[in-house]
Amino acid sequence: MLRYTLLRLLGAIPTLLLVIVLAFLMVHAAPGGPFDSERALPPEVAEDIEKHYRLDEPLPQQLLRYMSGLLQGDLGPSYRYRDYTVSELIASGFPLSLQIGALAMGLALIVGVGAGTLAAQRKNTLVDRIVMGFAMTGISIPVFVVAPVLVLLVAVKLHWLPAGWSGSPGFAKYVLPVITLALPQIAYIARLTRASMIDVLSRDYIRTAYAQGLGTKAIIRVHALKPAMLPVLSYMGPAVAAVLTGSVVIEEVFGIPGLGQFFVRGALNRDYTLVLGIVIFYATLIVLLNLIVDILYGVIDPRVRQR
Amino acid sequence: MSLLEVSGLRISYGGSSVVDGVDFAVANGESVGVVGESGSGKSQTALALLGLLPADAVVEGSVEFDGQQIIGAPEEKLNKLRGTRIAMIFQDPMQALNPYLRVGRQLSEVLRQHQLAEGQQARKTVLEMLTRVGLSDAERQYRAYPHELSGGMRQRVMIASALITGPDLLIADEPTTALDVTVQAQILDLLEELRDDTALLLITHDLGIVAGRCERLLVFEGGQLVESGATTSLFAAPRHEHTRKLLEAAPRVDVGKTLAPAADKSILSVEDVAVQYRSNRGEKLDAVTSVSLSLREGETLAIVGESGSGKSSLVRGLLGLVPMSSGKLVFAGEALSGPVQKRTLQELKSLQLVFQDPVSALNPQMTVGKIVAEPLEVHAKGISASERESRALKMLSKVGLDKALSDRYSHQLSGGQAQRVAIARALILEPKVLVCDEAVAALDGSARERVLDVIKSAQAETGLSVIFISHDLGVVRSVSHRVAVMYLGRLVEIAENGVLFATPRHPYTRALLASIPVADPRAKIVRAPLQGEVPSALEPPAGCVFHTRCPFVDDACKASAPELRDVAGSRVACLRAGQIQNATEKPPSELPSAHR
Amino acid sequence: MKKSVAILILILVIAIVGPWISPHDYAAVDFSRILQSPSLGGMHWFGTDALGRDLFVRTLLGIRVTLLVAVVASLVSLVIGVTYGAVAGYVGGRVDAIMMRFVDTLYALPFIFFVILLMVAFERNFFLIFVAIGAINWLDMARIVRGQTLSLREREFVDAAKLIGVRTPQIISRHIAPNLIGIVVVYVTLTIPQAILVESFLSFLGLGVQEPQTSLGALVDEGVNHMEGASWLLLIPASLLALILMCFNFLGDGLRDHFDARNGS
Repeated sequence: MLRYTLLRLLGAIPTLLLVIVLAFLMVHAAPGGPFDSERALPPEVAEDIEKHYRLDEPLPQQLLRYMSGLLQGDLGPSYRYRDYTVSELIASGFPLSLQIGALAMGLALIVGVGAGTLAAQRKNTLVDRIVMGFAMTGISIPVFVVAPVLVLLVAVKLHWLPAGWSGSPGFAKYVLPVITLALPQIAYIARLTRASMIDVLSRDYIRTAYAQGLGTKAIIRVHALKPAMLPVLSYMGPAVAAVLTGSVVIEEVFGIPGLGQFFVRGALNRDYTLVLGIVIFYATLIVLLNLIVDILYGVIDPRVRQR
Repeated sequence: MSLLEVSGLRISYGGSSVVDGVDFAVANGESVGVVGESGSGKSQTALALLGLLPADAVVEGSVEFDGQQIIGAPEEKLNKLRGTRIAMIFQDPMQALNPYLRVGRQLSEVLRQHQLAEGQQARKTVLEMLTRVGLSDAERQYRAYPHELSGGMRQRVMIASALITGPDLLIADEPTTALDVTVQAQILDLLEELRDDTALLLITHDLGIVAGRCERLLVFEGGQLVESGATTSLFAAPRHEHTRKLLEAAPRVDVGKTLAPAADKSILSVEDVAVQYRSNRGEKLDAVTSVSLSLREGETLAIVGESGSGKSSLVRGLLGLVPMSSGKLVFAGEALSGPVQKRTLQELKSLQLVFQDPVSALNPQMTVGKIVAEPLEVHAKGISASERESRALKMLSKVGLDKALSDRYSHQLSGGQAQRVAIARALILEPKVLVCDEAVAALDGSARERVLDVIKSAQAETGLSVIFISHDLGVVRSVSHRVAVMYLGRLVEIAENGVLFATPRHPYTRALLASIPVADPRAKIVRAPLQGEVPSALEPPAGCVFHTRCPFVDDACKASAPELRDVAGSRVACLRAGQIQNATEKPPSELPSAHR
Repeated sequence: MKKSVAILILILVIAIVGPWISPHDYAAVDFSRILQSPSLGGMHWFGTDALGRDLFVRTLLGIRVTLLVAVVASLVSLVIGVTYGAVAGYVGGRVDAIMMRFVDTLYALPFIFFVILLMVAFERNFFLIFVAIGAINWLDMARIVRGQTLSLREREFVDAAKLIGVRTPQIISRHIAPNLIGIVVVYVTLTIPQAILVESFLSFLGLGVQEPQTSLGALVDEGVNHMEGASWLLLIPASLLALILMCFNFLGDGLRDHFDARNGS
């Protein structure tokens, strides 16, 4: 197990390096700089700016400088928010995004796994069809459609919950964003759980457990849940990526001052260092999460550990 | 009163019945064998006894266990019987044990669910049970996951989990079919030894297994119970035609006709061939170690051995499908190049293969006609498409298949039909050598006979040489001129059919023959002649590789590996081969018990 | 499944023919007719937007663009994925291990953010959207094709073909490729909605197609801005987008079940 964990850890390093280099090169290979989009600057000013942001150095040197900064948590200055560094901006936006994202993931796991298991147990009944119908709708309607429609219905028309963020009371303002963000994940996880639970329940070892006189509840708890959760566990990496993507939309629609909003503003304003910094931050987050998932996989499946 | 009473049992799926009106009873402590071919309804019946049939099965009739009706009983009531009073063992222990749970947990959960024991008490009971089923290091096996155990050990765990509650009835559905024959003998012994007064319902396709071990037999065919009665009288005077057919089709190693020996002219010889694989972790695995043998013109040479013996690797090496790490092949006096891609069309044409699984051997996207004609596209480029087609049709009728089948796809064929298509594809090139790799292992009695007939008649017609790989010595006895025995990648004995079966010289051959259940209730039942299982090829034992299981082992065997030598008409790789013929074997108690 | 196909064909036909027979032009601004509500009897079936443009024609145009991007992107991912997967699976061994390690590495990346990065770095253009979306989706295809090829290669009919002297190119074209088609079709069907999602997400953020061109995502974005006064601007393109996605998902699911059933797994 230790060997397996160490191997996984080592495996994550090249991925991280690739992320950083790829992202850095993408930005710096682009034609034009951050400051030539609006109006032409006088050459001396442009030169000053280039010097200030060290854009005059050769590319490999810039990359090395960037990476050594990265090791100290320094992602450089933001091009647009002149008084802030990228790290400061991430530090100010991320906690809120994390809160909402974690709440949504938690909700998605609980509801998704529960609904999926129920549907699998009641395969081909009305319950199954209803759950799967909802799930199909959930994966087919994008977050950026659900979010505004919910706002329109629940907040604007019915006035049940606040539509905006700032000025709204504590708990209530979380409800819509979290549910919206969780919905597609609930749908995916329910579908995954149902499929894998049906697969597991058809295995011979489940028949053995029935022959041993274990009831359905005990069989699901003791024998089926662990293996049935493996595909869901594998999905956690993509799920977090999807939640991050979704959070960009949610924060835009609900006006939440999180990291996603910085990202969109940065992208629209062509704030290179900010966008680059956030992409690297997100990617690192996902790589780390995949690492944890891999290790957990080894904990659950004894056969994986030995490879 | 009977323990179990089944009357008018009918099982159907979507209107078509798989079990159609079955009545029988099992008394306390009785052992009853249930025999029949696959699809005869015997396994479905067994599942019905526990109420384990899938939800879409329609079950009618009555199954009474100790006066309680099983059919239609609520789940809670069934759960009180299952596992405690009726237990069941399944065919493939790898599939039947949960790969995600430790062995100990799987067993103690049974005790816990039935409120028989918990915590330390349960643990103690489980450890005792594991010891009783012959797992020597019970503490270690308790913590093991199923994949860490060998096939035989897994089935021992299954038996432990079934008997741990002391049930009144044990249903064993093909409990040894997935195991090697020497391990099968051990498991059957164990069942016999442990069951005490538990009634046994033993389901199998192998008449040899039930012949000496069950008091009464039930014969199933096409969803019906066609005959039942005491084992001895049923074997002596079968009343139903199907029982007679089953008895005739049962391969026997104890009786056999001797085939006229083939001309002593070698067509293919294998010299010092070795095949080595690398495992995922980079370890070297010697699948075949320095094997030499030669195939004579017009003969059938059988290669037998248990799993891991290297028999399949050997023929794959000689066909060029896996690389040989050393050795030489000579075909019709000329050296044969190694990998299949480097062989000339003439060389390819001469050596053809028939696989074990006929379904996997046929491209699902091609029709039977196209499959059989494909070799001609490569080898007979001059002929027209219609000529190819007519030759393919002719070939199909030669293997006894209707021309109408030529438009079908492989999934529309039965196993026997598909295998005959595969043979037609191989024979259309008129090869000199046909390799059959477990070609009848997946087939039942009658289908097996027809495939064997096709091969035999091709041999009679064209003087074809056949290499016949099989784990089934009964079949080998009836089809081969000579037999080669392999163990852990080595050739341990090779002899004429009659000689080998009459006077096996190698201790492994002797044990192998003695392990095979004889389909005759009058034959003496021998206890499992070998203990333990085949060691891993990753770490083969030093000296003679068989010494860890050999009843005649002495110090020399542990030190040096024997070469093949002539011993009274056989070629045998055993240092003591000359001496052991009349020696008595050490009693089993002195043998190492079942652990790795 | 049949219903999904019928709906998709109907939508496609209307999207192709509709703008052509409609009297309105998708880019024609008319400030005298801004934010008119939909009326089936009037001039503008789906109403007009804040610039007085006919929403019916713009929606159909949006469907065209969305489907075009999705189909082209799926084809890009098909070509890359099938080639990569088939090579890795058929060659096997170390080559396969290295190629799949690379795929695993890419899998761990949040591609959508890289696409946005690309959009920021380079000027937004249509071509880039195709390539970027294709580049995201080929990974799944490569994995699936590789797995299938690997298992086909191990199937005994491939050995049988080798033994009768069929050469490698024919083994691939006759024995491997035909057995891959089913699963590839299934996954292309499932890739299309993925690609639609990515494209409309980018357009929603204002990083996709540019005015006066439009796509369903861009229309939803516009709709959100006016949803309090003119909810049809949101609801019409949003429900069409959802409908199209749902049809593709149903179709893909149905095809997959059909395929699985035929392969007995």
